[in-house]
Amino acid sequence: MRPEAPISFAPGFSRLSRAAKPHLPCERETLCSSLRRHSALRCLLPHLLSAISYLLLCIPAHAARIGDISETSLWNQAFRFFTFQDPAVRYALLGSMLLGISCGLLGSFIVVRKMALVGDALSHAVLPGVALGFLWNMSKDPVAIFAGATLAGLIGTGVVHLLKQTTRLKEDTALGLVLASFFAVGICLLTMIQRLPTGNKSGIDKFLFGQAAAIGPGDVQLMGVVTGLAVVVITLLYKEFLVTSFDAQFARVSGFPVQALHYALMLLLAFAVVIALQAVGVVLVSAMLITPAAAAYLLTDRMHRMLLLAALFGLAAGALGAFLSFLGNNLPTGPFMVLAATAVFGAAFLFGPRHGVIARWWRQRNRSARTQRENTLKAIYHVLEARDFQGEGVSLRELAERRRETLKDVSAQAAALRANGHATLHEDGSQVFLTPDGWQRACAIVRNHRLWELYLTNEARVAADHVHEDAEKIEHVLGEETVRELERRLGNIAHDPHGRRIPDLAEMRRGTGAAVTEKSMGYGQDIQGHS
Amino acid sequence: MNHFIPPFNFHHVFVEPWAQAGGGFAWIALMGFLVATACGLVGNFLILRRMALVGDAISHSVLPGIAIAFLVAKSRSSLAMFVGALAAGVVTTVIIETIHRKTRVKQDAAIGIAFTSLFALGVILISLFASKVDLDQECVLYGEIAFVPLEEMVRVGGVTLGPVSVVRMAVVTLLLAVLVVAFYKELLVSSFDPTLAVSLGINSTVVHYSLMAALSVVVVSAFEAVGAILVVAMLILPGATATLLSQRLPVMLGLTVLHAALSSVLGIHLGVWLNCSLAAAMVVAATVLFMLSWLITSAGRHGFRMVSARTENNNGAETTPLQG
Repeated sequence: MRPEAPISFAPGFSRLSRAAKPHLPCERETLCSSLRRHSALRCLLPHLLSAISYLLLCIPAHAARIGDISETSLWNQAFRFFTFQDPAVRYALLGSMLLGISCGLLGSFIVVRKMALVGDALSHAVLPGVALGFLWNMSKDPVAIFAGATLAGLIGTGVVHLLKQTTRLKEDTALGLVLASFFAVGICLLTMIQRLPTGNKSGIDKFLFGQAAAIGPGDVQLMGVVTGLAVVVITLLYKEFLVTSFDAQFARVSGFPVQALHYALMLLLAFAVVIALQAVGVVLVSAMLITPAAAAYLLTDRMHRMLLLAALFGLAAGALGAFLSFLGNNLPTGPFMVLAATAVFGAAFLFGPRHGVIARWWRQRNRSARTQRENTLKAIYHVLEARDFQGEGVSLRELAERRRETLKDVSAQAAALRANGHATLHEDGSQVFLTPDGWQRACAIVRNHRLWELYLTNEARVAADHVHEDAEKIEHVLGEETVRELERRLGNIAHDPHGRRIPDLAEMRRGTGAAVTEKSMGYGQDIQGHS
Repeated sequence: MNHFIPPFNFHHVFVEPWAQAGGGFAWIALMGFLVATACGLVGNFLILRRMALVGDAISHSVLPGIAIAFLVAKSRSSLAMFVGALAAGVVTTVIIETIHRKTRVKQDAAIGIAFTSLFALGVILISLFASKVDLDQECVLYGEIAFVPLEEMVRVGGVTLGPVSVVRMAVVTLLLAVLVVAFYKELLVSSFDPTLAVSLGINSTVVHYSLMAALSVVVVSAFEAVGAILVVAMLILPGATATLLSQRLPVMLGLTVLHAALSSVLGIHLGVWLNCSLAAAMVVAATVLFMLSWLITSAGRHGFRMVSARTENNNGAETTPLQG
């Protein structure tokens, strides 16, 4: 019989089972509390929007392209960039920041919906649309390219959907298929355009790897409109998007138009991808969707904070990419933006306060050190118990025999106990004495162990010789509430299935060394002294 | 616009490529066939294991490996390229696994982060050292299959075997075919039923990493011909087409080879007609073949469904009075 089977009878137990899978509840909790808190987003985003539109209005209408710049030194370039004298620099920077914001916002939704690779497929699928938009009047007309690319992207996602429904191909295959075949059609069209004898072909090849310097005033206006649209729609439909992203079933039951919201999100996603094409390039747009959002996902459990962080990271990555590409004189912008975003993700991955690798490693180390200490305390208790609690000191040799470890290991553990105030050591270091604090802790652990064994044999009907291993694990994680529930269920019971006494509250208070003569007390409902 | 699609001339499109002196287009067709076959064989197993997008990731992320190998070896030596690409493939797999295991970022996002970063790194290396690595960004995207006939010919004992990259691709394809035949049972079982594979004593980790290694090698040898992104098409399209047409693995593998041959030849004709990138044209031809088989199978299934519905109705009409 599995010992986990009866685990859901009390609130404390469900907390146990949650501890095993820490990822699930945070999303649920995020959902509930964000529903309450999304007013914060509604307050913040309009300010962001107004700042951007202010910047947009202030841009002078005529500007030279960055491409006109002749050879200059790095410092000169950096100086030119930061003084913003050159209007083209302002266009490039502003455009990169705008695309960073819109990609970060929409990327957050595809990351939490586990649709990251849909973004990838979508961004490759827009290429034929770019080429057709260019062919429309043989120029780099932002609106024509925008329309063509959005259309192609939506057709691409539609084909993925159709493939999944009508064939036995799985989603990953369908995505890869659409990605690659649309991209090939796009490359065919692009190479055909490049071989045309007439027409202004400049700039069309920049769509592959991106060139922020090629962003013109028309592009920036379009980007501003799209980013504004994304911010407004996400703010207005925040609750709807949130619920459909985290719990589609609940959303359907509650009467949200799940399909319509999905299509709205796809449309916005296509818009965000298309405005980013000019600066980031077809090949790497998906990174601007995924990476800043994933970095934000590592840093917070609240959706509105994730959106703000992702927009911020996208903005930073965009600006940094534009700057580096400007320094390098016409190096493609996209790869630099992507590496900047990856650097942000790497930082979040390593140093994130809750989900970062270092924080996790630190927590795990603390937990295993605590388990180790508690096992030592338990061993000390066992040694004392074996000689009927006569004498206070436990020699390290006895402890080593009990734990079947070397003397060196045991003295290290004793030192760890002393560092935590659970024990003191004899001057020559051969004996260890528990402090009152350590004694209580030792009793609590032994008590947890034996109560659990008893529970398994009495309530779950597990054979007595099968319960020890399970109790060894659970004794370290049983919470106060669970222990009280165990006491309530088991009633007035003094001995564990192996016939050993379960230490009780009175014994805990009494301290070490006192002889146990009186009859053990019943288990009160109000045991507070441990946990 | 009227210049955009060249007029169709049967002689120019279908006869001239093959009548050309030196057999240039024959080499291109052979190269296309070999690339599509090798990719398709690996791709079939990727599709079965639902790892199609891992193929996508690896094909992007071998780029920095190739670029660094060029910079270090200072030549287009095959060995350096294979080593660099294998290393890059392994690094990608490790990064994906690390992000996926150590954080709560899901696998799809982890794939997206890993391959875009590595690809970006590769593009930056190539554009910074463009003169040294003898590669350009366009080649990275869609390859230079049209230059295959211009390469140096490999001669062994006085017999001309063919251009260097074709010979290399042929060796890789043959090796791959031999491996697929030799380890057919292991691949089959571990792809369809991992639990059974474990009980038969097949080490699925070894199979997985061997497949990834084969993928990296195939991607690298196909890289010069079709570029990093069209490789994805070569990986997925033949296998997906075969998946639609058959449910039996040997038949699927055979169909993959057929699809490769057809798309390579048709692609050349399409590319000659439209005067566009030949590699992209091959992929477009492969896409057209996929769409045809999609239409045929869904039409066939639809027809079958109608027929079976009618028979059920007839049966119902006959049986009801009997029951009554």
